[in-house]
Amino acid sequence: MPTAAPRPVSLPPLAAAAALAAGAILASATLTGCSIGSAEAAERAEGAVPRLRPTPADAIVGEERAVLTAAPNVPPPITRAHATKVIVELETTEEVKRLADGVSYTFWTFGGEVPGKFIRVREGDQVEFHLKNHAHSTVPHNIDLHAVTGPGGGAAATLTLPGGESVFTFAAMNPGLYVYHCAVSPVPMHIANGMYGMILVEPKGGLPKVDREFYVMQSEFYAKPGAAAGAPHTLDMERGAAEQPTHVVFNGSVGALTGDRALQAKVGERVRLFVGNGGPNLVSSFHVIGEVFDHVYGEGGTMVTQKNVQTTLIPAGGSGIVEFGVEKPGTLVLVDHSIFRAFNKGALAMLNVTGEDAPRVYAQNKGLPMAAH
Amino acid sequence: MRRLAAVLALLALAPRAGAAADDAAGRRPGAEMVRLPAGTYRPLYGRPGDAPTAVAAFRLDRDAATRGEFLAFVRERPEWRRGAVRPLFADRRGYLADWAGDLDAGDATDRRRPVTGVSWFAAKAYCAWRGKRLPTVHEWEYAAAASATRRDAGREPWFVQDLLTRYTTRPRPLPALPAGAGNLYGVRGLHGLAWEWTADFNSVLVSDDSRGVGARDHDLFCASAAVGATDPGNYPAFLRYALRAGLTGRAAVETLGVRCAA
Ligand SMILES: [Cu+2]
Repeated sequence: MPTAAPRPVSLPPLAAAAALAAGAILASATLTGCSIGSAEAAERAEGAVPRLRPTPADAIVGEERAVLTAAPNVPPPITRAHATKVIVELETTEEVKRLADGVSYTFWTFGGEVPGKFIRVREGDQVEFHLKNHAHSTVPHNIDLHAVTGPGGGAAATLTLPGGESVFTFAAMNPGLYVYHCAVSPVPMHIANGMYGMILVEPKGGLPKVDREFYVMQSEFYAKPGAAAGAPHTLDMERGAAEQPTHVVFNGSVGALTGDRALQAKVGERVRLFVGNGGPNLVSSFHVIGEVFDHVYGEGGTMVTQKNVQTTLIPAGGSGIVEFGVEKPGTLVLVDHSIFRAFNKGALAMLNVTGEDAPRVYAQNKGLPMAAH
Repeated sequence: MRRLAAVLALLALAPRAGAAADDAAGRRPGAEMVRLPAGTYRPLYGRPGDAPTAVAAFRLDRDAATRGEFLAFVRERPEWRRGAVRPLFADRRGYLADWAGDLDAGDATDRRRPVTGVSWFAAKAYCAWRGKRLPTVHEWEYAAAASATRRDAGREPWFVQDLLTRYTTRPRPLPALPAGAGNLYGVRGLHGLAWEWTADFNSVLVSDDSRGVGARDHDLFCASAAVGATDPGNYPAFLRYALRAGLTGRAAVETLGVRCAA
């Protein structure tokens, strides 16, 4: 056994690594699907589609700390008429929670919740993003916000060890409703374990006023029972690769939005749903039984792309905004209309509408009445 | 009462084959090494068609280093105590953070738990103090690819699934050693206890050596991680490489410990 005091002089070759990595990122931009390349040449070609050129040119006035909310709640609309510096703090955790009755699961989360906390900023804001990873985490995590223009949507700057913190800033250039998710390898596992949420970049003029806003995010789980009875379920690799989920849910667990936890609205109100899909695999045929969407902002963009819609597609890693008025008391049922998922796997949520009856909107005139909800 | 419950839970969780014999013989779990024969294995990153990587015969500690063993080290090497370590060599926020004091590694049970929250520099110095060294990534992965019955079980679905489950359901606190079933070589607790340091943990970042398909750090985020990997289904290996990619020499992480080689 050596007796001299240890002199740790051999430094890991990090500098060389950084230099190589920088080159590699450029070389592989087309492979990652995470970077935005310059398309100017293509744009100038004849018949090219005109492109928006959002810029972070707005003057940044003041500073504030973002208030994040757990689903189904949404932070209040932004009323300020100027851009500001917004500090967002989010912590990744790994914890055992209920997935369904009798089924607990080892979730990986943003902010202790699945889906992750909802972030609301304004177009033009400068966002200073603090990502912490809880010291008890077993693996590093990062964040890829689809609202971010830059390498990995933030993932390249936020690989965060357990017990660590990363900070990066970005300009919220494109308004819209965006998914964020963890993008540490193996990405499907981090997403399958619950690492996704949404960020709304509110357009400068704000969204039209409504009475209620809710955050609803679909995702699916591939749950394998633990070895011991009562042990938490974990990711079932084979089911994940085969895209055969055991559970398809709104807001992180079967029944997260039913019974006492159902969404609430009153007759005559206008409702807006910020709908996301964390995947990891399935595309959602999002439908509300007993309602028609007056407006759909397709794929979470800022334009009403369609009116009077029955079912709208929410892609994995994508979103949609739907608006409707509620005119009749009763229970509206949110489903993935790929209907086995709703009936057998949990993709079902409820919106209870209370208030004065409106028989002209809907009335049963003959036949067996259904039990009251 | 809570402690008793925790201990009982751990006893139930941790297979303890051989534990009684070791204890009776008075051997410290980490003192014992096993010899691994020379062989080849297929690293996560490489080109399909590449020859498997050759690994020379080496010895590896049967168990991870315990808090008690690390305590003996810092008693003799005061510069590695929590209050004295140079910030350049260990992030003080995490370094031995679960110890109650510079020389207080807990009670007898605690002192048999794997030591964690040690930096690469400290782990390296510890192994040198033992007259050993840190295993290389290739050595570690070679040892870790073995199931109880097969040398290269990395492509067996049940083995992959078993490791994923272990990785996501680690007991906290970690159990007293020895714990974990031995693999084919008799190495215990490689999976599902603490992660473990390797000498060249960041070599994955510079593995390019002009072949153009090595893994780079960008490969460890985004879906592109699978590009250049020999086996996109080996999620446990991706988890290990992603952790290594996030490490620096001074990082001290609660879930990362050390096991020495020779
Ligand atoms: Cu993650």
